[in-house]
Amino acid sequence: MRGEVFAAAGIFLAATGAASADTITVEIAKLAFVPAQVTAHVGDTIVWKNEDFITHTATARNHEWDVTIPAHATGRAVLSKPEVIDYFCRIHPNMRGRITVEEK
Amino acid sequence: MLGSRLAAAGVALVMVVGSAAAQPARPTDPQIAHIAYTAGQVDIAAAKLALQKSHNAQVREFAADMVRDHTAVNDKALALVKKLGVTPADNPTSEALVKQGEENRARLAKLDGAAFDKAYVDNEVAYHREVNGALEKTLIPSASNHELKALLETGLKIFQGHQQHAEMIAAALQ
Repeated sequence: MRGEVFAAAGIFLAATGAASADTITVEIAKLAFVPAQVTAHVGDTIVWKNEDFITHTATARNHEWDVTIPAHATGRAVLSKPEVIDYFCRIHPNMRGRITVEEK
Repeated sequence: MLGSRLAAAGVALVMVVGSAAAQPARPTDPQIAHIAYTAGQVDIAAAKLALQKSHNAQVREFAADMVRDHTAVNDKALALVKKLGVTPADNPTSEALVKQGEENRARLAKLDGAAFDKAYVDNEVAYHREVNGALEKTLIPSASNHELKALLETGLKIFQGHQQHAEMIAAALQ
């Protein structure tokens, strides 16, 4: 009985731990990342939702990731360390964004 | 040679701008739709030539982007003219764009290797600059239908992106 309680507590804590990593959505509409600047934490996932009818990319200037986001689809990247990441679309370099990644 | 071709491209688009300035009658929506569509087709044809001829990975990727993006925009344009029941109208500007596109491809077809890559990318910079100027100054302000205007505005942002991308590649090829 006691064992079960601890096991249940363990599951609860594991679930809480997983939930603390957030998913942050950045929309792509009319050739812009919206919002262009976001603040996130290590372990969070950025999801780009492309509302345009053409393919875009989210390409980190520091080469950490290069995500292709087809028309009306999504792409994602997990943030691995605290830093400021400037990114752009390789196909349309007039599209720019910034993610400030803070310690968890 | 490049200079004269670019000057010719300038003349075609100046005809659009010039006609708007000289006459009270602005280009009509069917004419505008056809000019924008034709400008896209000309760029797709140049990109297909680049995909046949170029061995430079950056240039080939750019050309593939041009085929994909301009096809997507032109598909939207076709769907819109169909929805609006508009018949695209040939006009001196669209005819000049087709003629100059053909001349440009004939010139590029004679080049190979690095000379081709440079000529193609330089032309992409100049061509997008001209088309973007015409969109901004004449075609968008003249468009009456709000859906056509909105598509042209999105197109302008896409093509401004292409111009910047082409400028970056041109700088890298120097």
